[in-house]
Amino acid sequence: MGEAMTFKIKVNDVEHEVDVDSDIPLLWVLRDVLGMTGTKFGCGRALCGACTVHVNGMPMRSCVMPVGDLGESSVTTIEAIGDTPIGEELQKAWLDLEVVQCGYCQSGQIMSAAALLASTPEPTDHDIDTAMAGNICRCGTYVRIREAIKQVAQTSQGD
Amino acid sequence: MSIRVRDDTQSANLSRRGFLRASVAAGGGLLIAFSLPSRLVDARETIEAESFSPDGFIRIDPYGRVTVIVPQVEMGQGTFTSCPMLIAEELEVALSEIQTEQAPPDGALYSNSLIGSQVTGGSTSIRAFYEPLRKAGATAREMLIAAAATTWSVEPSSCRAESGNVIHEPSGRKLGYGALAEKAAMVPVPEEVALKEPSAFKLIGTPAKRLDTPDKVNGKTIYGIDAKVPGMKIATLAICPVFGGKLKGVDASKALQIKNVLQVVQTADTVAVVATNMGAAKKGLAALEIEWDAGPNAKLTTSDIVADMAKASEADGVLVRHEGDVPKALEDASQTLEAIYEVPFLAHTTMEPLNCTVHVREEGCDIWVGTQVIGRAQAVAAELTGLPPEKVVVHNHMLGGGFGRRLEVDFIAKAVEIAKQVDGPVKLIWSREEDIQHDLYRPSFYDRLHAGLDSDGMPVAWSHRICGSSVIARWASPAFKDGYDFDTVDGALEMPYAIPNVRLQYVRHEPPGIPTGFWRSVGPSHNIFVVESFIDECAAAANKDPLEYRRALLAKAPRALAVLELAAEKAGWGEKLPERSGRGIAVQNVFASFMAQVAEVEVSKSGEANVKRVTCAVDCGVVINPNTIEAQVQSAIVYGLSAALFDEITLKDGRVEQSNFHDYRALHMNEMPSIDIHIVKSDEAPGGMGEPGTSALVPAVFNAVYAATGVRLRRPPLKADHLKV
Ligand code: FES
Ligand code: FES
Repeated sequence: MGEAMTFKIKVNDVEHEVDVDSDIPLLWVLRDVLGMTGTKFGCGRALCGACTVHVNGMPMRSCVMPVGDLGESSVTTIEAIGDTPIGEELQKAWLDLEVVQCGYCQSGQIMSAAALLASTPEPTDHDIDTAMAGNICRCGTYVRIREAIKQVAQTSQGD
Repeated sequence: MSIRVRDDTQSANLSRRGFLRASVAAGGGLLIAFSLPSRLVDARETIEAESFSPDGFIRIDPYGRVTVIVPQVEMGQGTFTSCPMLIAEELEVALSEIQTEQAPPDGALYSNSLIGSQVTGGSTSIRAFYEPLRKAGATAREMLIAAAATTWSVEPSSCRAESGNVIHEPSGRKLGYGALAEKAAMVPVPEEVALKEPSAFKLIGTPAKRLDTPDKVNGKTIYGIDAKVPGMKIATLAICPVFGGKLKGVDASKALQIKNVLQVVQTADTVAVVATNMGAAKKGLAALEIEWDAGPNAKLTTSDIVADMAKASEADGVLVRHEGDVPKALEDASQTLEAIYEVPFLAHTTMEPLNCTVHVREEGCDIWVGTQVIGRAQAVAAELTGLPPEKVVVHNHMLGGGFGRRLEVDFIAKAVEIAKQVDGPVKLIWSREEDIQHDLYRPSFYDRLHAGLDSDGMPVAWSHRICGSSVIARWASPAFKDGYDFDTVDGALEMPYAIPNVRLQYVRHEPPGIPTGFWRSVGPSHNIFVVESFIDECAAAANKDPLEYRRALLAKAPRALAVLELAAEKAGWGEKLPERSGRGIAVQNVFASFMAQVAEVEVSKSGEANVKRVTCAVDCGVVINPNTIEAQVQSAIVYGLSAALFDEITLKDGRVEQSNFHDYRALHMNEMPSIDIHIVKSDEAPGGMGEPGTSALVPAVFNAVYAATGVRLRRPPLKADHLKV
């Protein structure tokens, strides 16, 4: 049972005070309390990756992340990932290569890809598989996701 | 995804019942209204009269902005781009200048012309709208030219349209569409307009950029689940786990003590917890003590259903097709083969779980949802609230996947029933578990096949008896006629192969305790698997190469033959592969598109199949947007791979055993084969593209497994147990 109190959480560099139980997953705080619906619900059990956000730069499944465990951590969501150079390039590559179909999984895909490229700027196919295997796309956009990640890796290499 | 429209509705009288009208738009400008393919209805006389009669509009405002109000919904298939492309081509505007809007089921602007419901499904969008949308664009263009010609007092024939302007060639004068729009609205609508020849297309056939995607990479797109309504509450539900069961009682006391839980709502077979956020609602649901009355299906298992179907399949069914004399040809054959093929129940698992937001008030009802059937959504809400349909407003949203699931309105009905008991708007979100356990499933089938081969090993008799559920009989009952419907036999009825004696029968068998629905590639998802596997068995029995065998039977089917040969060539058919690796091929003509796929599969000693490569050749007639076609084929192949390799829905004690993505799998990126897609250039009428890739994939994989191991499997998904050595 979560203990009832208000929490301060930092999302995309803005502090919010939320009044929920400590065990409520971050996903629902983002979506229903803060109204930030870019982060998606797909499974609720860390099985699909649709809800991926960054917590202190690390990719996390927000559907299983109790809001009470965040402490001082800083959360980044799809709404702000475009403010980072990697996020911006990924979004551009996603559009250049027409990755998106229904689009519902793509917030999570881009968040996972951004975390991958931040830690591994020149990923191998194996690195991409490992980082992205937890992100399901029911529309099957995997071929183009892989190409888009590689495109960004290559362009940033040249920088 | 849904019912298909037969090929014979393709060409004839495309615009027979279509009409165009023009008027001055609210706020000035030109407004073109066009009524769309009701022909699809009367051609088949089958689907409910309202189903395929959506309307659309082109609006050109005084600033020259062109808005296309798209009658089809966007669920990832690219229709928000391909429909505007058809208009832009004839209207002579750049695609980037066009804005799109989703056609609502009502609203002041559309109230006269939008009658009934709109359906997006069955890979029909482009087939249905190819000519009407081009015609609408051409009509608007001619009227703008006429308006300019009057302004300049010149002959319309001395003017031409280009990039959003009308130009008077001799004098070099030029006027923008915006300046002409209002005047054009007064011009009589021309009876006939000339459409461009395909060779003159500037936009159609080019890889145009999707118009709906920029907001899908930054989290801004609003899907149904993202709807935000002031004062909205959030609810989640538990439905009786056994189909046909009821809610007996619930102790909500613990749930109601949870922070931010507001209310517990009951209906006949459902209990819902209403809260201020989904986290609290889920927590509340877990704290409920629920007692279910499981009802008559309490002991049902999948094996009971299969045993019933097996029994039902023993008797003759309705004769759907009979050519020649199958019994005699079987008797005279040098060799006969018999086999039983099965397919399991399948769930859709759209990435966006089911959800619907509803506000029921005394005087009206608002619904925020992503649906493939706007009119049905409105109708079911009207029925449940007792309100007249015009008091129900459906705000349609982007769909996080459809695959046939959002052709149903069960989840809208549930949300309305719950919302009736809630003060203010409430968003009902299904957990993934409920989404999987209360789907309307791709039906399970049990088919009996019988073939006779001549002394050369070629088939002279082919008998196929399909046994299973008819989705159409429930969903569009008038289309179920003479004991069958065209979807359930689709893919088996018009095999491309020339076989002199052919018999197709259908035994309708509705399983108890599990509802069935349309699933991506619908009828062919089952029939192409069966036909393309069994023809492969015939080839094996004749000791012939599966490609050569098919080729010999396709002499009179040039488009099928062409894709077969192209896929085989690009896949390197015949080149040597390592041990326990093999290639399998499948070819089909469904949704008015021809497709062949070659799968290359490696099977480990422990029986795990690894699909390494899929090569696909497709002839879908005129290509509107090659980018979208490639994406749709990749998508359909991935969807088929999950079904071929992993998935089935099973029942135990009347309950669906699978619950989330760990036991109802979706292919992951690390499991992806490489996919090559080759598009055949064609001037034929465009065919459907959302579905065919799924139906062709499964038999290609199963045939490859046979080539790799010599084991013929006749029921998806693949099971390692059957393949290990
Ligand atoms: S919703 Fe969090 S991983 Fe699926
Ligand atoms: S784009 Fe639809 S689920 Fe990935």
